[in-house]
Parts: sequence; structure tokens; C-alpha cells
Amino acid sequence: MTEARSLPEEPIVVVDRVSKSYRRGAQVVDVLREINLLIDRGSFVALMGPSGSGKSTLLNLIAGIDRPDAGRLIISGTDITQLGESNLAQWRTHHIGFIFQFYNLLPVLTGLENVELPLLLTGLSRKIRREHAMVALELVGLPHRVHHYPKELSGGEQQRVAIARAIVTDPTLIVADEPTGDLDKASATEVLTLMDQLNREFGKTIIMVTHDPHAAEKAGIIRHLDKGVLNSDWA
Amino acid sequence: MELIKLIVRNTGRHRLRSVLTILGMAVAILAFCLLRTVVDAWYAGVAGASPNRLVTRNAVSLIFPMPISYKQKILQVPGVSKVTYANWFGGVYVDEKQFFPRMAVGAESFFDLFPEFIVPPDQLRAFMNQRNACIAGRKLIDKYGWKIGDAIPLTGNIYPGEWRFVLRGIYRGASKSTDETQFFFRWDYLDEALKKTSPFRSGQAGWYVVQIENPVESQDVSQAIDALFKNSSAETLTETEKAFQLGFVAMTDAIVISIRIVSFVVIGVILMVLANTMAMTARDRMSEYAVLKTLGFGNTFLFLLIAGESITIAMCGGILGMGLTFPTAAVFSKELGTLLPIFHVGWVTLLMGSGVTVGIGLLSALLPAWRATRVEIAEALRHIG
Repeated sequence: MTEARSLPEEPIVVVDRVSKSYRRGAQVVDVLREINLLIDRGSFVALMGPSGSGKSTLLNLIAGIDRPDAGRLIISGTDITQLGESNLAQWRTHHIGFIFQFYNLLPVLTGLENVELPLLLTGLSRKIRREHAMVALELVGLPHRVHHYPKELSGGEQQRVAIARAIVTDPTLIVADEPTGDLDKASATEVLTLMDQLNREFGKTIIMVTHDPHAAEKAGIIRHLDKGVLNSDWA
Repeated sequence: MELIKLIVRNTGRHRLRSVLTILGMAVAILAFCLLRTVVDAWYAGVAGASPNRLVTRNAVSLIFPMPISYKQKILQVPGVSKVTYANWFGGVYVDEKQFFPRMAVGAESFFDLFPEFIVPPDQLRAFMNQRNACIAGRKLIDKYGWKIGDAIPLTGNIYPGEWRFVLRGIYRGASKSTDETQFFFRWDYLDEALKKTSPFRSGQAGWYVVQIENPVESQDVSQAIDALFKNSSAETLTETEKAFQLGFVAMTDAIVISIRIVSFVVIGVILMVLANTMAMTARDRMSEYAVLKTLGFGNTFLFLLIAGESITIAMCGGILGMGLTFPTAAVFSKELGTLLPIFHVGWVTLLMGSGVTVGIGLLSALLPAWRATRVEIAEALRHIG
């Protein structure tokens, strides 16, 4: 066996001079301007900023569901700007867990089936998929709601199912876009506590976009975006 | 398996929308199959034509008869094995609405040349032994409740006068496609009466049916028969039974073409209805497609998901429509009576119905599937909420 050397670990996310603009009619809007950002493995980062500041766009770029106009995005050693569409889709399956503001569960699938959904792309047997999905649902505290459809669950419960879906593939990175934006205070606290638990106990790297300062408090690192520029970082 | 589950559950998601589309599809496929059955019924005579039978008629027109003496001459032509003859009688039974084909036929040979009309031997003997005997098809018997021995009166129009026949036989068809609505009586009975009332019309046959030994020789035999009567007062035109029947159908070509066009218009309309349903469905679910793409599902999966739902809806409607075609065709058949005597839903019609159903399902899915595969994930997710 080779002895492990204690070298400083590479950042899990490297955002290198990334720019992104959108076209609104005849007008071109610069959403991100040469952004640089490093995120260490195991950290919990909150991206904050006013509406239209580009925080969700940055999150989408890091998650590989949008492409930058310029710059590089190196996630866990892979420059995802160099990946083709299908390779990028495969990469997302294995490396990214998504948590959305409006949960985005498929209404025709039960909680268990929704959690199992990303595993359909992994080639695991049905039995193993079910086992993994059950573990994830137990982890988010919903083992008793597995056969309920989303419409039969409260907002908080739906978001917990969505978190279970995000972690079921054991991704490298979890990205959450306003995960508490559609929840009441109690449910929001439950969800944030859960995310904190995932970060602290399981070492998951989490990047969360939020407007809510209370939500951001749960994160160890807060980054502020304004008019497409990262302003400062508060630890 | 999971894909099928998702397709089935998605299909039942907007129940009212799906049910209405399925019903629309069912009505369209029912209409398509019925119209195809009408066209088939139109061509039933052509389909039932035998390849080893020729029909010889007056070259000028079918309405002009030919001397009965032609029979013996035709029999001398090499390749001819049997000859029979017939006259179109027309006439009225009860009233003009009670239509069925009535023909005077050469009693000694007619049923030999048409083995598809099956007459019990004792009934055929009775037919041969009585001058004014007649034989009717099973469906006519069922329709009018006739029994063997019943007197059947007809009022002549082509051959004026009151005619009285005695039912001596009932034929049944050798297959489902055999017309069982015809009425045959003896040519010699007609001829005897004509000798008394209109002697100049006696001794004439409306057409000859010629059985040949080898269907491959049909053209040579036809030419030989027509050459026999060249430059006579009644020149002949001989053609295969199929060509003879097609000649009749050709007279109503415009109707058949119209029916065919209508059947495809119906399909075009339902294609647009289903395409619209699928477009609405896909538009409603664009965010879900974006989520699936986010999770790593590819365009093929999205295409199968949308096409699967479209084909499922189309198939449900198609199967229902095809299932309803049978009882509806039975009602039609009963109402049409002897006008279109062979009114059966054929397997080719069902095969076409199935093909059209799958085709509609697939075509309806193309545009929404294309849109779904082109959806920008970030853009679609931005519109949720």
C-alpha cells in the first residue's frame, strides 16, 4: 500500500474567468463578468445577491446545465466546458445533486420512485435502486411517506424528497437554488438543518443560492454577487 | 419497464383530455374502417371473380343480347371447357325498394360454372324438374322469410307481365365473400313466355360465362371467341370475369374515389386533434422535461416518453374504434340489405386501421418531442413557479 501524503487538497470547484450574457430582444445583458471562484471540498457555500445579480446563472454553470460564453469551469478535476451534450448529461448524473426551489418532483411518481429516478441511469438492478432510494428517504426522515405522491405531501416533505433524490447517487457536489424559497419558516428550518447535517456528517460539498440571510447563516461561507461580479467573501 | 410505467401514468394524468382524445380517435378509426369496408363491398364482385371464367357480351353494349346459338359455337373454341348463359331480368318484388339481382340462367349449366353457389343436390334436381322453379340466396330467404315451395311473384319491367316462380332451392355461399342475395330462375321459362308474347326477343342471351381450362390462356381464348363472331350482326366482346366486374365498378369510380378521399380526410382531422393534444401536453410538461434532462436523461428518453404517450392514446382509440367497427358494420349491413350484399370488415381494413393508428400516434409526437429535446434546461427551469 502507498502511504498517503498530506498535500493540500485541490478545490472541488474552480471557476476561472467565467462570463455569461443573455440576449433580451435586441439587448445583450451581461449576467456574469469574468468571475473567479474557488470552493473547497466539504464546504457549504451560500451565494447571495439581489434579483438579477447572476447567482442562479452561476449555480447553473457550475452544475453543468448551462454553458459559459467564456472561461473555464473545473469541477472535481473535470473541465466541464469541454464536454459535449451527452457527456455533460452523464457527468451531471454522477457528480451533481440538484435541489430546486419548487422541488420539481414528477407528480406521477411516488416519493420512492422520484428518489429512484436518477438511479435509472446507473445500471443498478431494481432491487438495489430501491434499497438506495429507501436509505436516502430514511436519511431525510421520510421512510413512512415513500408511497405517497407529491400532491399528498407538504411543501417541506416534498423538498425533503427532493433532497433525497439529490443525494441518492452520492454526488460530488450538491447545488440548491433557493431551497427554502417556497417553504414556511418551520419547514425551511428543517430543510436547512438537513442540508447542514449532509455537510457536517457526510462531508457533502453544497452550493446554495438564497435570498434569505437566515438560510445563509447555515453555510460556512457566503459569497455575494452583484451585477455579475463577486464582491466579497465572508467566512 | 420504468419508462412504460411513466408513459402509462402520464397518459392518465389529464383524464378528461385523454378520454376525449381517445373517443375522437375511436370515432375517426371507426369512420375510416367503415368507409374502407364500403369500398371493399363495392369491389366485392371483383374480388369474388374467378380467374378461369370469361364473360362474353355484345360488343356494342351489355343491354343488347346475343343469339343463344352462340353457346355451341363458343364451346368449340380450343381451351373452353364449359359455357353457360344468363339474362338480366330486373322486375319488381313487392315494390321498387325491394332490390335484389334477378336473373334467368341456363339451368343445365349455370351452377356447374359457379361452384361458389352451393345448392343441395335434391333442391337442384327439383329446380331442373320444374319450369318456373327458382333458387334464391340464403340472405334473401332470411330477409323475406321464404320457404321451399313458396310462390314468389315478380312484376316484369324489362320483360313485362306478371311472373310467378316457385322456390325450389336455397343456395349458400362457399365463402363469406360470396353474394347470397341473388335470385335465379330458368332461362327456358323466360324464353318460352317470350315466344308467346314477344317472339322477336326470344332465343337471346344477355351474356355468356365461359369456363376455360387454363387461366393463362384467357387472352387467346377471348380473342378466338370474338373472332368467331366478327362481322356478324352481334359481335362480341370477351374479357375476364374480373375485368367485366371492374367495368361495372368503373361506372361509379367517382363515388369510390370520394369515399377514399373522405376516409383520409377523417384521418387528417384526427391527426391534427391528437397533435394538438400532444403539443398542449408537452407544453405543460416542459419544466419536467427540463428536470429529467438535468438529472441526465437524454433526448432519446424524452422522445420515447412523448411518442409512447401519443401512441398509447392513439392505440386506445384505435382499438376501441376497430372494435366498434364490427357491430356498426353489422347494423350497416342489415340496413343496406341487398344494395351492398358483401359487407364484411376485412383483415386488410383492420391492418390498415392499425397502421394508421400507430402512424397518427407517431406523427403527433414528432413536433412536441422535437421541442422537448431542444429545451434549454436553464431557460425552462427559470419559468417554474
